[in-house]
Amino acid sequence: MDNEVAIIGVGLHPFGRTDGLSGQQQGAYALREALKDAGVEWKQVGVAYGGSQDGGNADALSNHLGLTGIPFVNVANGCATGGSALASVIAAIQSGMAEIGVAVGFDKHPRGAFNPRPKDWGLEDWYGETGLMLTTQFFALKTQRYMFEHGITDDALVRIAQRAFRNGALTPHAWRRRELSYEEIAESMPVNLPLRKYMFCNPAEGGAALVLCSAKHARKFTANPVIVKAAVMRTRHHGSFEVFNPGLAAQQSPAPTVMASRAAFELAGVGPGDIDVIQLQDTDSGSELIHIAENGFCEHGEQEHLLRSGATEINGRLPINTDGGCLANGEPVGASGLRQVIEICTQLRGQAGQRQVADTPRLGYTHVYGAPGVSAVTILQAG
Amino acid sequence: MTLDTPPKLACPDQLELNGGHPTLMGSRCRNCGEVYFPASQGCTRCCAIDMEPFTLGSEGLLWSWTIQGFQPKTPYNGGESEADFKPYGVGYVEMPSGVKVESRLTVADPAALRIGMPMVLTLEAYRQVPGEAPVFTYAFAPAA
Ligand SMILES: [Zn+2]
Repeated sequence: MDNEVAIIGVGLHPFGRTDGLSGQQQGAYALREALKDAGVEWKQVGVAYGGSQDGGNADALSNHLGLTGIPFVNVANGCATGGSALASVIAAIQSGMAEIGVAVGFDKHPRGAFNPRPKDWGLEDWYGETGLMLTTQFFALKTQRYMFEHGITDDALVRIAQRAFRNGALTPHAWRRRELSYEEIAESMPVNLPLRKYMFCNPAEGGAALVLCSAKHARKFTANPVIVKAAVMRTRHHGSFEVFNPGLAAQQSPAPTVMASRAAFELAGVGPGDIDVIQLQDTDSGSELIHIAENGFCEHGEQEHLLRSGATEINGRLPINTDGGCLANGEPVGASGLRQVIEICTQLRGQAGQRQVADTPRLGYTHVYGAPGVSAVTILQAG
Repeated sequence: MTLDTPPKLACPDQLELNGGHPTLMGSRCRNCGEVYFPASQGCTRCCAIDMEPFTLGSEGLLWSWTIQGFQPKTPYNGGESEADFKPYGVGYVEMPSGVKVESRLTVADPAALRIGMPMVLTLEAYRQVPGEAPVFTYAFAPAA
């Protein structure tokens, strides 16, 4: 394809808790880091897409970086905000709307679980009042059913969390950097069985930004561009098992992840077996468990064997969440999807230090999934 | 169960009480037959907007379950103090039409819950605040 788009700069404000800085300040920090990495000035940027759930408007970042008059679009797609912003910037560059674009996400959530309002979701108050409207409940109910249908035990859930914290300990910018033992995870507080305390990520804070341009100009800016081979977003079909549903359809249908993943592989002209390093949405162990198969990296039910064999470790055949994922980094919703892309870029550039996947990975994969049934997938190639 | 006075319900539109034998109410698409809980204004399967009321019944099979291990924040209004909070079961129950209804469960013991077990609808006083009439919602109990 001659209108491919490349990532020429990445920037991150470390995730976790930064008491002195607002969400927007963390977003502006990440954006400046990305511009510096690309060797691009803010004045050269022609279009921006960004989002935040609880940190305020993304276009207010112009007040930090400079009022240059560019179109700056606010994106609000829950956990898929970063993925949506990225897909939009790519389309804008491909259309000729701008030569250089940025995607930025940031957030600063209150502590503890999110507390959604039923009316925002088209639901009646009783659903929330009677204690049914919790994301942790949804993840647990979906995981419980999935494990039943595919003969998977709690062991898989523990191993996913254990690997996340093991990788987080190797990642200088991760929030949770302490390795946890199998027992610590397996015996942690039952939050929503089968999911326990250390199997869930926390909302957190942070910022992430990317600078992109047409692939044919990328080498003017950087010696190691990352080519976006596919960036696809999909929403749910009728019958998909999604969050905040008082009733599920009689017939289940494939998740939006399956649709986004298939379309991305088709666009990129590669298959799951070609991917060298992977980021999967892991708001909880159960979600990652399901996503390994939904993205085509194994058959449903094969995960437990895969996890036990070490295949998903940094030195394995399918390295997943090499930076510890959401479990070790927390989930500032607006920034989380772009954090995944940045980790893959870092791996493809060979700059991941202690957590670097060996033998110069060439193809990487990112996947986000969130409410109310949105998924975004990218396939990235070392340029 | 029998009740002397009509109970205060959190979701009166979703239930028919039938003198102590509650039944869940939903809707069905007149075009394609898809069934919904709660009653829906339109059909997300075939995009039609011609719906009719549909009785889902009061018995089903446990399709998935969890235990709510911590006290939810608002909009939950169970009214108990954090110290008094007791974990409760939550599940999806597959009704005869195939629709799965999300519901509180009357048991919160993992050893007493098994996917596929028969469940029966009842009412549960989920909000009991001194000086107020208790507020009931629907819940499923293991069938005797
Ligand atoms: Zn229909």
